[in-house]
Amino acid sequence: MSTITADAHVHSHDDHTHAGSFLSTYVFSRDHKIIGIQFLFSTLIWFLIGGLLALGIRWQLAYPWSSMPILGKLVYSAEGGQIAPEAYTMLFTMHATVMIFLVIIPILAGAFGNFLIPLMIGADDMAFPTLNMLSYWFMWPAFFAFGASFFVGTGPASGWTSYPPLSLTSEAQMFWLIGLTFVGVSSMMGSVNYLTTIIQMRAPGMTMFRLPMTIWGMFITAILQAFALPVLTAAGFMQLMDLKLGTGFFIPEGWSASNSLRASGGGQPLLWQHLFWFYSHPAVYIMILPAMGMVSDMLSCFARKPLFGYKPMVYSIAGIAGLGFIVWGHHMFVSGMNPVLGMTFMVATMFIALPSAIKTFNWLGTIWGSKIQFTTPMLFALSFVSMFIIGGLSGIFMAATPVDIFIHDTYFIVAHFHYVLFAGTAMAVFGAIYFWFPKMFGRMMNERWGKVHFFLTFIFLNGVFYPMHILGWVGFPRRLADPYHYETFRHLLPLNQFMTWCAILMVTTQIIFAINFFYSIFFGPKAGRNPWRANSLEWQAPSPPGHGNFDFQPIIYRGPYEYGSPEVDEDYYPQTTPPPTDRPLAVPAH
Amino acid sequence: MRHFWAFLFLLVPILGVLTFLLAPYYNHAFPRDISEQGHVIDQLFMFILSLTGIIFVGTEVCLFYFMWKYNGQSNAEPVKYSHGSHTLEVVWTILPAVTLLFIAIYQMNAWADAKMRRPNVPVTAEVTGRQFNWDVRYPGPDGELHTPDDIVRVDGDIHFPSGEEVLLSIKSADVLHSFFLPNLRIKQDVVPGMQQYMWFKCREPKEVVDIVCAELCGWGHYKMSGRATFEPRAEFNAWLKEKAAEQNVRQVAQAKEEKKEEKK
Ligand SMILES: [Cu+2]
Ligand SMILES: [Cu+2]
Repeated sequence: MSTITADAHVHSHDDHTHAGSFLSTYVFSRDHKIIGIQFLFSTLIWFLIGGLLALGIRWQLAYPWSSMPILGKLVYSAEGGQIAPEAYTMLFTMHATVMIFLVIIPILAGAFGNFLIPLMIGADDMAFPTLNMLSYWFMWPAFFAFGASFFVGTGPASGWTSYPPLSLTSEAQMFWLIGLTFVGVSSMMGSVNYLTTIIQMRAPGMTMFRLPMTIWGMFITAILQAFALPVLTAAGFMQLMDLKLGTGFFIPEGWSASNSLRASGGGQPLLWQHLFWFYSHPAVYIMILPAMGMVSDMLSCFARKPLFGYKPMVYSIAGIAGLGFIVWGHHMFVSGMNPVLGMTFMVATMFIALPSAIKTFNWLGTIWGSKIQFTTPMLFALSFVSMFIIGGLSGIFMAATPVDIFIHDTYFIVAHFHYVLFAGTAMAVFGAIYFWFPKMFGRMMNERWGKVHFFLTFIFLNGVFYPMHILGWVGFPRRLADPYHYETFRHLLPLNQFMTWCAILMVTTQIIFAINFFYSIFFGPKAGRNPWRANSLEWQAPSPPGHGNFDFQPIIYRGPYEYGSPEVDEDYYPQTTPPPTDRPLAVPAH
Repeated sequence: MRHFWAFLFLLVPILGVLTFLLAPYYNHAFPRDISEQGHVIDQLFMFILSLTGIIFVGTEVCLFYFMWKYNGQSNAEPVKYSHGSHTLEVVWTILPAVTLLFIAIYQMNAWADAKMRRPNVPVTAEVTGRQFNWDVRYPGPDGELHTPDDIVRVDGDIHFPSGEEVLLSIKSADVLHSFFLPNLRIKQDVVPGMQQYMWFKCREPKEVVDIVCAELCGWGHYKMSGRATFEPRAEFNAWLKEKAAEQNVRQVAQAKEEKKEEKK
């Protein structure tokens, strides 16, 4: 398809294909594709660490106070492999911290955002390549700060939400806050870059309403980041000052704890919760909108059918982003916030379920009347839809304020956000890796093993997370090192043991993925430009694309979802293929 | 097994619904409700569960049906070249919107009862969360808190009168905690520097239930438990009297001790 355009348009890119050193090509690269892959590898390593931390949590919940085999012996040798209560607190704090700040947010925006945005809009790179490089390298101080926090005292011990005044009593909190600040700086650099690139650098003919949903997801995410992050960063600095400089933003008058009396005061612990959730609720959407976009693209491609309701999909993402700023109080229904305010937040929260419902119906509409190809990425995309339904519906329970009184801080919420973030986003990310792997590395991943990986992950994830709803129904509280201490919850031990074994097997299953991934980078069958016969622009570039991305000047004639179009014989119609009447004039003059 | 994947996805609604149907038979559902107001929350939960359950089964079965019917290996018909439907979009925007609005309005009264309409009764006790214990202070014979005749208990054994409205004044001595009585369906975070109220009524004559701390408060959070004993007014008063006497003995002994020290 792409061969129609003339070679004459391969211009300017070669000017800066300097024969750079290894260091400037692969390490301090300013090429968005290399930076994306750097983000991908870093986040996958943290994904493994976060998963192992989760196994520690699961072990304690299944076999409390008994020594953990292998991992426990390695880490807690002094305690004979036993997880102490301080260590347990650190485990769940760092599991969430790592998964949210070092895996999901950077893998979506950092890895896929970086790799896909210029390729999908037809740009030769990001608008600010140096800033882009810095956004990756600013993750490293965060890696070090979070990494160091494990070893300070007993580690960060106030949950990923870091509610003061408890957080002000932890020695490792300073490192945790520094890590958070650097992640924020990195995300901010990324989002400024993405916004500029998407607004300014689209190829000729690529109107906003011809952008793939992936780009819409990234675009709205970048807006959310840009507006919400400053609040979190400011709040982080305020907590740092409370911690080290003796201010009292979050400390009430005459407060003392752990034998330390604080002279300062006049602050409010609830203020932190407001500021924190003002960022962290939109962050929930930062962690799902790009995944929704990527899923939409995969669904349409393997359904071989146009995306159902493109514009409603775009408007609903925008609606989520808008409403996302006025619902943060639903995390604080029983926090001591004025209950009248709780009612307001409840109504707003009910309505944010609406755009999610619209999206789900449109995904179902997309596969209606289609011809589904059950490839590995498609299975992951379909499972995203199936699992997102569960995660979306369970949200309604917590939005209902009276019900939330009972299920707040129980495993019901743990079930809810794992269905959204693991069964939703992480599964979409797996799908996206299988889908865009050929573009990243020029080779295909093994389909058969991909399906085995999908099947086992799908089974075990439901084995781990679905029973959490039931635990929440009993009122089983989260963050307890030994819940069986309470008579009310003692009978839940066998169910927890079942869940733990599913978790262990699920983590083990990922070995299949790791082997497939690394083997395919070197030995996978070579992929052509467009192995999935997809429409969007990145598939017209070489695999992997060279410096400057396109070996022709892309001109865009239509949206990215023209599958099964009656205008052409093939079942797809790439964005760059000129319409039949224009064909004689195919070589665009400009 | 051309439809292997479709049937795998069909397991989601089947097992999903089955889990919720079977769980109550194994006591894996709401803990026993001993309160007067808890059934409102339980009913609301069950109402949302049935409503979302219907939507869950509907959408998941639809997903299965499409995966089965439109399998590229068996579906010979050309794909429907459709970019969407305006009518459908309107329908599936308005229907959920109305449903959500209904749920929102339907529950407002329950929320107001639980958190906004404080009963007009004297404070039964003051509960203070402290790393890692629930302290309680009863007003004593004069009915006033923070007077010398207060009865203070720090052993996590808290008694309340049953069959009448209990009004608690709750606060925290150090960090955040959350006073959670699963069997009464109530929960409220306690915040240092803030004094709050919570209220409930036990409808059973005599009950002993768990008091759970539901907000992370440090390494010992898991063991910050207490026991709440609900008993008829007469028994409750007798218990208070007994504890007051115990406290007096202890105070007198302490005072004597101090005098001895002074003499030396
Ligand atoms: Cu939220
Ligand atoms: Cu606690």
